[in-house]
This record gives sequence, C-alpha cells and structure tokens, in this order.
Amino acid sequence: MSGLRIDGLKVEIEAGAVPVDGVSLAIEGDECVVLLGESGCGKSLTALALMRLLPEGVRIAAGVASLDGEDLFALPERRMRALRGGRLAMIFQEPMTSLNPVLSIGQQVEESLAAHRGLAGRAARAEAGRLLEAVGLAADRLDAYPSQLSGGQRQRALIAMMLAGEPEVLIADEPTTALDVTVQAQILRLLKDLQRQRGMGLLLITHDLDVARDMADRVAVMYAGQIVEWATRERLYGAPLHPYTRRLFRVLPSAARRGEPLEQIAGRVPAADAALVGCRFAERCDLAVEACRREPQALREVAPGHWLRCGVVDVNSSQPNPGPRAGEGGAVGVPPGSATVLELRDLKVHFPIRKGLLRRVAGQVKAVDGVSLAIRAGETLALVGESGCGKTTLARAALRLIEPTAGEILLAGEAIGGLAGEALRRRRTAMQIVFQDPFSSLNPRMRVGDIVAEGLAALRPDIDGMARAARVAELLDRVGLPRDAAGRYPHEFSGGQRQRVAIARALAVQPRLLVCDEPTSALDVSVQAQILNLLAELQREQGLAYLFITHNLPVVGYLAHRVAVMYQGRIVEEGEAGALLSAPGHEYTRMLLESAPGRGLKG
Amino acid sequence: MMPVVLWTDALIFLLVAGLAGLVALVHRHEHLAAPWRRIAADPVAVSAAVVLLAFTAIAVLDSLHYRPALPPGPHGEVQYAPEVKSALDRLLAPLAERQEKTYSAPFATRLYAKEVIILADDSTVRDYPRLQHGGAHLAAPDAGLATDVALRAAAGLVLAVAAWLLLVLALRKRLRRQQFAGGALLYTLLALLVAAGVLAALAPHYHVFGTDKVGQDVLYASLKSIRTGVLIGALTTLVTLPLAIGLGVSAGYFGGRIDDAVQYLYTTLNAIPGVLLIAAAVLLMQTQLETHPDWFETGAERADLRLLFLCLILGMTNWTGLARLLRGETLKVRELDYVVAARAFGVSDGRILLRHILPNVQHIVLISVVMDFSGLVLAEAVLSYVGVGVDPGMLSFGNMINGARLELAREPVVWWQLAAAFTFMFILVLAANLFADCVRDALDPRSRRQA
Repeated sequence: MSGLRIDGLKVEIEAGAVPVDGVSLAIEGDECVVLLGESGCGKSLTALALMRLLPEGVRIAAGVASLDGEDLFALPERRMRALRGGRLAMIFQEPMTSLNPVLSIGQQVEESLAAHRGLAGRAARAEAGRLLEAVGLAADRLDAYPSQLSGGQRQRALIAMMLAGEPEVLIADEPTTALDVTVQAQILRLLKDLQRQRGMGLLLITHDLDVARDMADRVAVMYAGQIVEWATRERLYGAPLHPYTRRLFRVLPSAARRGEPLEQIAGRVPAADAALVGCRFAERCDLAVEACRREPQALREVAPGHWLRCGVVDVNSSQPNPGPRAGEGGAVGVPPGSATVLELRDLKVHFPIRKGLLRRVAGQVKAVDGVSLAIRAGETLALVGESGCGKTTLARAALRLIEPTAGEILLAGEAIGGLAGEALRRRRTAMQIVFQDPFSSLNPRMRVGDIVAEGLAALRPDIDGMARAARVAELLDRVGLPRDAAGRYPHEFSGGQRQRVAIARALAVQPRLLVCDEPTSALDVSVQAQILNLLAELQREQGLAYLFITHNLPVVGYLAHRVAVMYQGRIVEEGEAGALLSAPGHEYTRMLLESAPGRGLKG
Repeated sequence: MMPVVLWTDALIFLLVAGLAGLVALVHRHEHLAAPWRRIAADPVAVSAAVVLLAFTAIAVLDSLHYRPALPPGPHGEVQYAPEVKSALDRLLAPLAERQEKTYSAPFATRLYAKEVIILADDSTVRDYPRLQHGGAHLAAPDAGLATDVALRAAAGLVLAVAAWLLLVLALRKRLRRQQFAGGALLYTLLALLVAAGVLAALAPHYHVFGTDKVGQDVLYASLKSIRTGVLIGALTTLVTLPLAIGLGVSAGYFGGRIDDAVQYLYTTLNAIPGVLLIAAAVLLMQTQLETHPDWFETGAERADLRLLFLCLILGMTNWTGLARLLRGETLKVRELDYVVAARAFGVSDGRILLRHILPNVQHIVLISVVMDFSGLVLAEAVLSYVGVGVDPGMLSFGNMINGARLELAREPVVWWQLAAAFTFMFILVLAANLFADCVRDALDPRSRRQA
C-alpha cells in the first residue's frame, strides 16, 4: 500500500455547507495526479484536509486518508506534526507569503532538516546547499533573504524546504498561478523532474487544463465538491466522457477557434450550501434528463482506470473536437479603411528614483521606454508581456492616468499629451478601461446603477437623471445582466458578473477605444468564454478598438488582430497575430510561446 | 424659569441629532446595516450599548439647563436665579439639597468627625453628631439601621423587578427577532433597573455613597460627573474628526507636498508631550477667563467655556493617531481600480474623495472614535487630578478623585469618594471598551473571522 489513498473524504463547514463531498483518490508512490477544477470546487480544501490544516470552523466530517497504510485522520496531532513537511509535504500558491521574510533561505531549509532528519550544524548546511542545487538555485543563495529573491526563486526555495523532509507525497496547490509563464514552465519542469528522480507522488492542484496536460499521469476533474471524472491523462484528453469535462475543453479559446463564438457553460456552479440531490452539473448540462436531477450519480468505472460520475453520456462514443459553431464570433476582420483611433509615438514613462536627504533624483526606472503603437477602429491589438514589463503603465499613460515623460499621444489624430483640465476631460469619453480584478474595480459602497452612471454623470452632465437611468438599464441589458442589478451592490455578484458591470461602466460614455487590462485572467475558464464572447460582439456592433493586455497566448490567438510583444519597457516585436504566433521573429517571443503550457514539457 | 443653552449643551444636542441621522442613514442602506446587525446579535455588544445609552441619557438630562425664576421683584419684574440648574438637578433635588456639615460614611447616621454637642441639660459632650438628613427618620439609628436599609432595598428591588416584568411583557413580541441578542438587552435592563430601584429607594433617606468634605452627597456628585465625562469623550471626538479626516485623507490621496506637510505637522505635534501642551493652553485660558469675569453671567457659563476649551485642546493633540491611520488606508484605496476608473472618467478630486475614498475608510473612523472615547474619559480624570482639567467648580470624576486624594491619608480613611468615582468611571469605560471591541470585530475586515 504505497502512496496516498483518500476514500470518501467529506469536509463540512459549521454553517452546514459541504464543500468537499465524498472525494476518493489514490496517488501511487511515483505518479503525478492532477486535481483539476474551477475556483470554489473544493480542491484546495481537499488538500488542506489531507494535511489536517483546515481553517477554523471547517472540519473533516467523514472519510479516510492513508499514507502507506497509515491512517492520517486517526494520528495524534504530535505524530501528524512530524509527518507534515516530512513524509507528506505541501507547497502553496503564494510564494510571497509562504516564506518567513526575516529568516534567510538557509535558516528555513535547515529548520526543516532539523525537524525531520535531525541534521544540525555543518551537516545541515551542506545538505541545505545540496537541496538548493537540486531545485536549481546556487548554493550561495543560502544566505539570501526571501525579499532578495524573485517569485520563481522563492517558489524554488520553498520546494527545497519541502524536499528536506524527503516526502513520499508532495501536494502542490496552484504552485505556479502567481508566476509568469516562462517561470511557470521552469517550475513545472522542476517539479516533474523531482517527482521522477525521487520517485515521489505528486498531487498537483490546478485550474489550468494545459498545465494538467503537461504534468499529469492521471487527472481527477472536480466539480462542486465531487470528482466527476477520473482517468489517465491520455484517456481524459483523448476522449473525455463527462459532459462537464467535455464542455471545459470546448470553452477554451485558441487560435484554431478564431472567428467562431466560444461555447459557454450556462449558469453557474451551485453554492456549497445548496441542497443537492441529483447530479450537480444537471442544471447546466444539455444532456440532463429528469433522473439526473432526482437521483445521485455514483462514480463508476466505465473502462479500466476510467471513472465517471454520469449515467447519461454514451461511454462508447468518443467525442472528437467539435466543428465550428454557427454564427460569427471572436476576431473578425478589421473593416477596411477604418481610421486610427489611438496612436502613440515614442512614448516614455520614467519614474525617478530619489535618494538621500534632499531626495535628489539618482536614476530612472524606465517603465515604458519609447513605445510607438497605432490601433484602428474595430481592431484588437494584444499587448503581450510578462509582469513588470510595463504594459499596465503603458496603458495608463495612454489614457493619461499617469503623466508620460515624453512622447506623443494622438487620439483620433489629435495630440492629447499636453491637454489638461476641461479639454482633457472632454476627450476622456473616447477611451475607457476594464481592469483585471473584478473585485477591486467596483466600489463596494456604491450600487451597480450608480457605478455604471458615474461616467455619464461626470462626462455628460447634459443628460438628465431619467435619461441616465434609462441608459444604465439599456447598458446592463446589453452586457447580459438582469434588470434589477442596478439597485444591488457589487458583493451580490459573481466575478464574471462584476466584470460585466465593469464593461457596462466603460461603455456608458460610448468610448471608441477600450483598454482591457487582463480582463479575464482572474476568471474561471467557463466565465472567461462568456466575457470574451461579449467583448467580440461589442466590437462587431460598435466598431470598438481594443488594447488588450494579456499574458494568455491562446486568448491572443483567438481574439487579436495584431500583437505587440513587450519586454523591459520596449516593444520587441509587433505584427499580424496569425503570422507572429506561428513564426515569431524575436527570441523573446519564441521563448514566451514555448513556455506556454499545453505543449508538453521541454528539456 | 429661563432655558439656558450652554455651548456644550448645543454641541451635545447636535451630536445626538447627528447620531440619530446616522442611524436613519444606516437603516436605509443594506450594506451599512449589515455589520450593525452583526453587532446587534452579540450579547456583549448589546449589554455594553444599553449601559452606554443609560449614561448618555443621564448626560443629556443634565444638559437641559435652565435658570429658575425667583419671586417677582418689587416692581413686578421677573428675576432669575444666578445659578444654572439642569433637568437632572430637578430630579435629584432631594439629593442635592440634603447637605451635611462634612464627611460621612455610606449609610452612616452620624458625622465622620467629632463635634461638641450641647445636650438638653446644657452640658456639652464631644461625640459624633447625628446627621441632619442621613437616617434622620430613625429613632434609634444604631439598632434599626440594618433592618431599615434591608427593608427599603427590598422594596426598591421588588419595584424594579415589577417594572422589568412589565417591560418584558411590553417588548416581548418586538424582541423575538432573529439575530438579535434580546436576552442580553433584557438582563442588562434588569441590572440597571435593580440598581436604579435600590438607589432610588435608599437615597432619599441615606447617603448611599456617603458625603464629601463640604457635606455634599457623593452619589449626586457622581451622577453629575457623568455629563462631564461623556462630554469630554464625545465633543473631543467632534473636534478631532474634521482635522483627522481632512488632513489624513488629503495627505493620503494627494500625496507629494501636501503629504509632506501633513506628516511634518503630526510628527511635530507628536513630539511635544501632550500633557505639557494641554497644561500650557489651559493655564493661558484660565488667566484669560479670570481677568474677564464680565464675560459671563453665571459661573456655570464660565465652567462650560472652560470645558469646551479643554475639549478643543484635547482634540488638537489627539487627531494625529487617526490621521495617520487614515492616510495609510487612503494610500491603499486610491490605488484601487475603481478609483483609477473614476479618474479615467475625469471625475473631480472632490467627488472621488466623497464617493470613493471616504465611504471606504469610514470603518476606520468609526472604530477609532469608539475606541478613543474611553481613553478621553480617563484623560479627563488625569488632567483634572493634576489641576489642568475642567473648572474646579464643575463636578467631574477627575475633580472627585482630586478631592479625595488627601483624605486617603486620613485615619480612618475616607475611601467612598474615590470608590464612587472609580465605580462609575469603571462601568462607563468598560462598557465603551467592550462596545468598541465589538464594533471593531464587526467592521474591520482584518479581524473578522470567516465562518
């Protein structure tokens, strides 16, 4: 009985909700199992339950978990403590907060060595050095503090800490979600190598279908607290059976789906405290029959090693990728002869670094260093780059939210770089912005109707209250929100709905250019599809120009007409989307493309 | 009788009206009401709030000032007494008017100091004389005291419980709401009623907390001190808020030069010992007031102005903490996307501050106001003790303690004055602190425990 086995795990919240309901999994000694699911499906709670680190008020209600035959839930806390970080280790999503900032990396690795292997002094330091080298950090980084390391290096240091206990099973909860693609690829590669070399089990938790494809030996798909499908990677990606899994694959944007609308999963994940009798996906499933809603579905083995929680789907018809859908969607051609909406000429944004008592300028951070761009009406220009490359600064400078240091901004041919006061205010109707985080982008103290009307009130004082209310209702309708949304507060809406509110707010003043700053990266894939479809529709209808900031290359391939790749404040490559993505010219673009998950791990 | 509105009276009425307005506002907005519903479900918070309300009610009663009319003069013109009374004075008239010569212990029937007494046969004896009022109705005070006190207390208790039962019957239906700690409300009311009932039954016949040096009833002095304490706590906040919010938020929002200026200002202020600054200001003020006795018609007006000035100066030295907190929070909020979005719409700074920043930092203001209240009540005691607090003629906890300090060295010790001031202040401050804790738990997202 090697490896980790979970049987019928049920996690309960005091209020009565059951966010994890009967999860059974097995991780053999040396395989990588991926737990795949959208946010809120209970995958992180499953991992925390295994570590017995559930937050207060959440408890294990039923189930057994055993590591090499040893019952994890029956161990006294003292023994469990020795096991945690020892035979069973876990790394978390946020490398910023999982390391203690006042201890050096070496001290933290040595602490782990002392606790689990009884090493101390010189022996511990030597071993810590070896571990750092094993995770791809130089041994001299032992004396570095977490603040001196980059995000990827911190995640490596954390992995080294976890390896110190020589775990049999390592649980990794979204270990690369906070990292850039190129770093993500390195960390995933590292985890896969370590898992193979050391023959340890790896339970990887992710929401990313492509990451799962690269890493997994077997994949468990989780939905609303239950595992709905559980199969080897080859079977799951070759012939997914569960309606949910199938739809998940189909909602993903990609260059191949260009020009067709993305399929959407209607409705939303049921709340964890909802009384669910039948299949949990039934409400959103197009195959559902009456029995699905009435009777609980059991997880059954439909083929050797392939488990499924659905009684309706025909298990023998392997469903190939669907053909193009009817109707237009995604990127359509830019209308010929459309005018340039925004043009940037040699735009620079430098932030001074001040030092010393008199705060003399000691240097410049060149966040944006000479960028020239042009966007036409009805066109989507994707701005691609990793975090810190200056893309958000560029967008905000273009909107005159940050003062550019030098360069020209031309809005419909008119220079707005030098405008101020009322003159600038009038131009603001032409360009608006949609943000990444749907939670921080809406004022929690204002009603949705007031949020949408804010721009109108500020920029179009000529419109009176009645007309404004009518316009708000029309906008909410347009972005697919219920009529009564105007009177409600943002916290009553889901992330996707909030993003619709943000889009309605931006559209209220009838802009010609919309800056979309990673508008879907905080959303689940099924919701992402809805938002991307909406954006594409709006572009077709209103001839909007989009400056679409993203790091997600499949979205670029699906949506963008042209792509500009940004690196260290400069545009290193720019061109037509199809051509650039299939034949990148610049080395950095090539690296970005190769790092994107879903193409198999290289090296 | 002529109503008199002192400066502090006006302000306290304004404050009460403001609070009522806030309650109405909170009631109408769901997102504002939600945390208060959490507070209403917490028994500790409800108990503390009831106690605080009781104290506030006494303070408000004590702020309804008037000058009683005197008998008409020789030409029929109306004349008013020189001293200002309050509604509370009227209620407590039996207490206020029953002065003894000097100290007497709680429930004593005799004075605390020996005097030469002239007996019926003209001989004199040096003994503790009977009090003029305390236990004067007893024929044989030494024998009947305990029974009489017990009987009267029991009667008060019975009355209080009966009143409470009536109240329970009346409120029964309204309290049976979900998410409301109705039990805590009722039991706190019971405790308050019992205390009030027993005191009301005993106070007309005894000095429950004894008398002070000039023979004044200590219970009366304690009740009168409540207004001073509550006022200092509340009005000082009224002074700090505009300074703290205005300077803190604009420092955080505008940054740059304004931020530098505000920061210099509050670091400088913080570097001066607060007590020193207050003492200097109060002493200056005192000289001014004393050289211009013609400014005031009554002594109460002078004491009142001094109290107001003390609130002002306390406020001037106390805004820095809140301003610092607000600056930090504003720095965070102004970077949030919804503020950037508003700027992208060209919304003016004033509107952004009003609609986006202030509503999202108001929880900090509220928490800090409730937390500071108790600190200010205590500060008054300390300042009056060192002699730079309220007017010596004004009844306050600090003055009571100040008056009691020398007597602690007496043998046997005069402890009741200190004990009474301590008890009342303790209950007030404890209630304020408990309430503040609950408010913080409900409003501060960081301290909220997720279920």
